[in-house]
Amino acid sequence: MSGGHSKYVPVNGVMKWLDARLPLPRLVYDSFVAYPVPRNLNNWYTFGAILSMFLILQLVTGIVLAMHYVASTAEAFNSVESIMRDVNYGWLLRRLHANGASFFFFAVYIHIFRGMYYGSYKAPREVLWILGVFIFIVMMATAFMGYVLPWGQMSFWAATVITGLFTAIPLIGEPLQTWLLGGFSVGDPTLNRFFSLHYLLPFMLVGLVILHVWALHVVGQSNPTGVEVKDMKKETVPFTPYATIKDLFAVVLFFTLFAYFVFYLPDYLGHPDNYIKANPFVTPAKIVPEWYFLPFYAMLRAVDFDIIIPFTSIVLINAKLGGVIAMFGSLVVLLFLPWLDYGKTRSGNYRPMFRQFFWIFVIVTILLGYIGALPAEGINVLIAQILTAAYFAHFLIVLPLLSKYEKTKPVPLSIADAILESTARAKTGGTP
Amino acid sequence: MKFVKTVSSIAKTGLIVALSATILNLTGIAKAGEDVTPYYPLKKPKYSEWSFSGPFGKWDIGQLQRGLKIYTQSCAACHSLDLVPFRSLYELGYSEEQVKAFAAEYEVTDGPNAEGEMFERPATPADRFPNPYANSVEAALANNGAVPPDFSLLAKARAPKRGFPNFVFDVFTLYAENGPDYIYSLLTGYSEAPQGKELSEGTYYNPYFAGGSAPAMAPPLSDDLIDYDDGTPQTVDQYAKDISAFLMWTAEPVLVERKQLGFKVMLFLIIFAVLLYFTKRQVFASLKD
Repeated sequence: MSGGHSKYVPVNGVMKWLDARLPLPRLVYDSFVAYPVPRNLNNWYTFGAILSMFLILQLVTGIVLAMHYVASTAEAFNSVESIMRDVNYGWLLRRLHANGASFFFFAVYIHIFRGMYYGSYKAPREVLWILGVFIFIVMMATAFMGYVLPWGQMSFWAATVITGLFTAIPLIGEPLQTWLLGGFSVGDPTLNRFFSLHYLLPFMLVGLVILHVWALHVVGQSNPTGVEVKDMKKETVPFTPYATIKDLFAVVLFFTLFAYFVFYLPDYLGHPDNYIKANPFVTPAKIVPEWYFLPFYAMLRAVDFDIIIPFTSIVLINAKLGGVIAMFGSLVVLLFLPWLDYGKTRSGNYRPMFRQFFWIFVIVTILLGYIGALPAEGINVLIAQILTAAYFAHFLIVLPLLSKYEKTKPVPLSIADAILESTARAKTGGTP
Repeated sequence: MKFVKTVSSIAKTGLIVALSATILNLTGIAKAGEDVTPYYPLKKPKYSEWSFSGPFGKWDIGQLQRGLKIYTQSCAACHSLDLVPFRSLYELGYSEEQVKAFAAEYEVTDGPNAEGEMFERPATPADRFPNPYANSVEAALANNGAVPPDFSLLAKARAPKRGFPNFVFDVFTLYAENGPDYIYSLLTGYSEAPQGKELSEGTYYNPYFAGGSAPAMAPPLSDDLIDYDDGTPQTVDQYAKDISAFLMWTAEPVLVERKQLGFKVMLFLIIFAVLLYFTKRQVFASLKD
């Protein structure tokens, strides 16, 4: 949808002068003003804009917080409390930043599920999707390291548990963990490098987001019908004012929900133990990650058995490594989604079986989150194993089978057709 | 196609089984009685009325002043308040002279002086409440091996999990007083140990305690322990409430400011959203033929 000739006309002499030397105004105009978006986008397509707002919010609050934070095991906890008590509006900055991480993930999960439902990863949008998965993974790494910085009990023990995963790697595991931590246990060197990386990774995220948006603007946005734009005039509208106002409205609504938590329930999504200063000699009764990691944590703990070579007692993959493979595998499998679900029909609207499996998958993920918060004992382990199997089965079995066998409904010939049809239906009062 | 349908129905059945197992599992936790749990704390905290709860909550300044009195007269011998400076007592309605006089009752270590030696001096409003112990080893030694927790953040650090479905309702009821409810319940919850329950020496049975069935702290409050000069009843129940409110203040001194700013922000965002909604409708109206 790019590739067309730029319609940018400089409004004054200064812009004309700049445009001839560095066409930055032209780039902005073509990307955010004239850029054509499908007319039939629904509100689920506003989460990209919401996410960019959250990235900016996290960067701005984070940079100011870093001016007051002290990355040392002796001072980190107290410096965060001094931000909460003594820095002007420090409490607001910190509440925005901590809850901002949660809402960033909330939005990204909706964004990902939206992409899955409408088949937004299918050709020609594979690279767009893969960049999105990388953004998600870098977000997770950033959030994890950020959670360690306040140096509460959960910070410390989460860092201990997660870096401990590296010991699962055969042969080099232990030395690798020591190298990563800068010592034999989580301590000052670990905290300092986590702070450094927590400051670095968001800027890598910005880079990835620019690539993500670039890829989007090359192939054009998908839309609820899954049919590519055929008639630019009839089927698209310019980004400004249409998408701009729609996105802005969604952003403000989402920020209202966000503000509700920041101001009235600021500790709702956190863990009380993180208000206790880290103590390497006292293990909390229960170590749980933040809510947005729970489904993956559940999959990590679901593998509590060794995988042996059949008919022998040789352990091929021990339980710990198995859990780590399951956890990282659950992310890696997303990278291959465009080829696992290779059917021609993109949108879930025209795939009746897929639609059912999609919602099953959503529920499976939410249940994994539930189970991840409960102690891994008794029936919980079995439930977690079933759900983990269901998670992977969706990608590795269900989607390839559906691609091959599913009888899809006829897709509209064009977006314009789909719009005409829905307005006609609305006029006759028929149910869709 | 038939095969896919079979897989689908198997998946759906499996999902329903997993879903019901999870829900049973989650709600089953509270099956023995509404407030009795199979884990610590054995009893869920009692709900109390707090002046600072809800979106328009405010501190009861008199209550916070009484809480400070309880802290200094009853708790401060063992429990530190490391993060709270004396200057923050201005927020409790005390004048500059009062805060200076209050701080001066405490000795803090300063220095080194010109001779290179540390010295003791009376505290000023800029100082923090001094810790009753030199270090945690001394604190543990004096208290039967258990370090008395610091009070600065206690009301946020002690919040037993709410469980399903309470945590869902909390979003709508704005319940965020789990911490003070816990402290109040603990202080009023000492009772005789049930028949056959062996307590180790120096521990006192309390089903509301989150760290086991019996904390190492003896019941710290008793009726008429502390004199109130404002006519408030001098009961354990009232003392417990006042110190819990005080600890909420030490843990989150900006609580009221936060809620007041929140109201303005929410109001702005909602009005802005309404205006944007109509603007959006206007913009999109031009698309309809």
